[in-house]
Amino acid sequence: MAYLDHAATTPMLPEAIEAMTAQLSVTGNASSLHAAGRRARRTVEESRETLADALGARPSEVVLTSGGTEADNLAVKGLYWSRRGADPRRTRVLAGPVEHHAVLDAVDWLAEHEGATVDYLPVDRYGRVHPEDLREAILRNPDDIAMITVMWANNEIGTIMPVRELASVAAEFGIPMHADAVQAFGQLEVDFARSGLAAMTVSAHKIGGPFGIGALLLGRDQTPVPVLHGGGQERHVRSGTLDVPAVASFAVAGRLAAEGREHFARRVGGLRDELVAAVRHAVPDAVLGGDPDPAGRLPANAHFSFPGCEGDSLLLLLDAQGIECSTGSACTAGIAQPSHVLLATGTDPDLARGTLRFSLGHTSTEEDVKELARAIGPAVARARTAGLS
Amino acid sequence: MTQTSQRPLRVLAAMSGGVDSAVAAARAAEAGHDVTGVHLALSANPQSFRTGARGCCTIEDSRDARRAADVIGIPFYVWDLAERFREDVVEDFVAEYEAGRTPNPCLRCNEKIKFAALLDKALALGFDAVCTGHYATVQLAEDGSRELHRASDMAKDQSYVLGVLDEKQLAHAMFPLGDTLTTKDEIRAEAERRGLAVAKKPDSHDICFIADGDTQGFLANRLGGPAEGDILDESGSKLGTHDGAFGFTIGQRKGLKIGHPAPDGKPRYVLDISPVNNTVTVGPVEALDVTSLTAIKPRWCGTPPAGPGTYTAQLRAHGGETEVTAELVDGELNVTFTEPVRGVAPGQAVVLYDGTRVVGSATIATTVRRERVSTG
Repeated sequence: MAYLDHAATTPMLPEAIEAMTAQLSVTGNASSLHAAGRRARRTVEESRETLADALGARPSEVVLTSGGTEADNLAVKGLYWSRRGADPRRTRVLAGPVEHHAVLDAVDWLAEHEGATVDYLPVDRYGRVHPEDLREAILRNPDDIAMITVMWANNEIGTIMPVRELASVAAEFGIPMHADAVQAFGQLEVDFARSGLAAMTVSAHKIGGPFGIGALLLGRDQTPVPVLHGGGQERHVRSGTLDVPAVASFAVAGRLAAEGREHFARRVGGLRDELVAAVRHAVPDAVLGGDPDPAGRLPANAHFSFPGCEGDSLLLLLDAQGIECSTGSACTAGIAQPSHVLLATGTDPDLARGTLRFSLGHTSTEEDVKELARAIGPAVARARTAGLS
Repeated sequence: MTQTSQRPLRVLAAMSGGVDSAVAAARAAEAGHDVTGVHLALSANPQSFRTGARGCCTIEDSRDARRAADVIGIPFYVWDLAERFREDVVEDFVAEYEAGRTPNPCLRCNEKIKFAALLDKALALGFDAVCTGHYATVQLAEDGSRELHRASDMAKDQSYVLGVLDEKQLAHAMFPLGDTLTTKDEIRAEAERRGLAVAKKPDSHDICFIADGDTQGFLANRLGGPAEGDILDESGSKLGTHDGAFGFTIGQRKGLKIGHPAPDGKPRYVLDISPVNNTVTVGPVEALDVTSLTAIKPRWCGTPPAGPGTYTAQLRAHGGETEVTAELVDGELNVTFTEPVRGVAPGQAVVLYDGTRVVGSATIATTVRRERVSTG
């Protein structure tokens, strides 16, 4: 067995499980005024402080959500609405073309239903957005832009964006910029204050925390229009009773992710380099997706296109041998479509059909890499005989 | 004997999301085979929800199939064969109707998709067989060759739509429901017992790629809308008008919209469809009587018969058997009926049987009526 899909989700850390289970038997709504409520609130606020610490933010900047998707939607739609509300000319959204669907589809929705114009920023062949391109897009009309959203690091091909430089260009023009940092947290130094971002998305289950919890880091001067209305929790930006056990668990995972980041990046980055070398050795014409410079990509990410193969076929063949990875492409009714990320980087659509993403994590071992090294050559050979249907 | 009792095979189970294919996959897995489920995405734009009780092509069907695979405990994938399906089945269907024939798309799908595109890919990926929920049996002949036979339960038999398979395809086909002597209710009960949520799902009928069941509307849409033409009697006199000749089937009685009754007061039936002149010819039921036919593109399960032979023939899905003599002449199959039969539509398949064994099939091209020759 080799689990090589940590970017989809990674096993919970024992400490996070412990923190969660300890809270499951405790009663208390963090909004209640009585003792039980106060106890719950204390747990929530301590957790918030821990997360703020781990992310270089102030506690009041941590808006807890149900996960990355909700945080992305809140940032994109909420900031669009509030900025347009303040000045009706602001209907333009600048977005990276390689964003996760939680951002991409939210942006498209604004275009379809809220009168937004979306300008997709150019990317290079590694999927990277460059500050001068952002500046150029802004300069076309700095007054009509509602918000900017560019992910910190790409979930499919692992390319790291120059987020600080981009945010500094946005800040020059006083335009709020959001970054989806779901994949970056735990692998890169993610410091909200230093980033200059107005908003930033993180998710618990990608760093060894539980499902169903995430956060939008939100600058104190940002007042997005809520997506969820209700009891006014979380700065009146995100209503809903807080999931105390999940919050506590998220905080533990977040603290460990920040503390262990350098060690993780070194160890897992080393395994990743071995994995890349092994795949290239077994399949010499495999094409590495994303930045070939290890410093330019997430340490846990490896992405390959295998010419003449259907990604689905490879997945099936590897799955049958207990090797679990992902084609990294979006699905409609489970039908693999060529990835929008690869198409945006100018990858040939036929080549884009034969992709696999291998992503490592805290439980990854050298044996995982060796298993893949043994299996990938024969799997590719076999998938090639099945061809592209 | 059936293949299910053989050594464990690597089996790819085609799962439509319906109860039959789910139970078939479950039986194959239970028999000890190494089964992987696959749902064929046959539409590039899957409908969000099932409309009515269709058997495939919707996101919900794909989810139902996945759910069943999860319960059976087998890996599951969705394979996109929409492009192949469009080319080989949908376009063929439209072209056949346009030419005034009545195609059977299920047959075409088995021939070109399930036991060609899917089977080829399965074999290339190291599978030994493709398993489906069809009611038919594969038996081993004395000489070791594979034979396709009718299902044990004649009422559920689907060998007709599999009649296009050749021996090589049969060698890699597995039909775990074929030797079932149980009713559909019992298959549902078995699904229930196995914890398969599709147990209560309605059966699929009709044509999967026409989600609303409106074949006429689908054809009108594809063939440029209604083109009014004449409805003629056998002598060529005009009786009325129609909205497009492709919408009719030989033997059809309803929907003719002829204002006045026939002189003899008897109902009239579609005898002939001529797309070239855009005319539909109608007449009395006796005029539907066909004495012989010629069929093209024959496909044989095994060795083609050398000389003329006596067989039983089935002329449409769910149709009865009729006694014939058949002979292969210059690559075309000449079939003569012992007793005249009615409602033979060019485009449909004639499947020949020797007892329960499928001998082969061919596509009906022309029929000979008692009085005259009609070219479809």
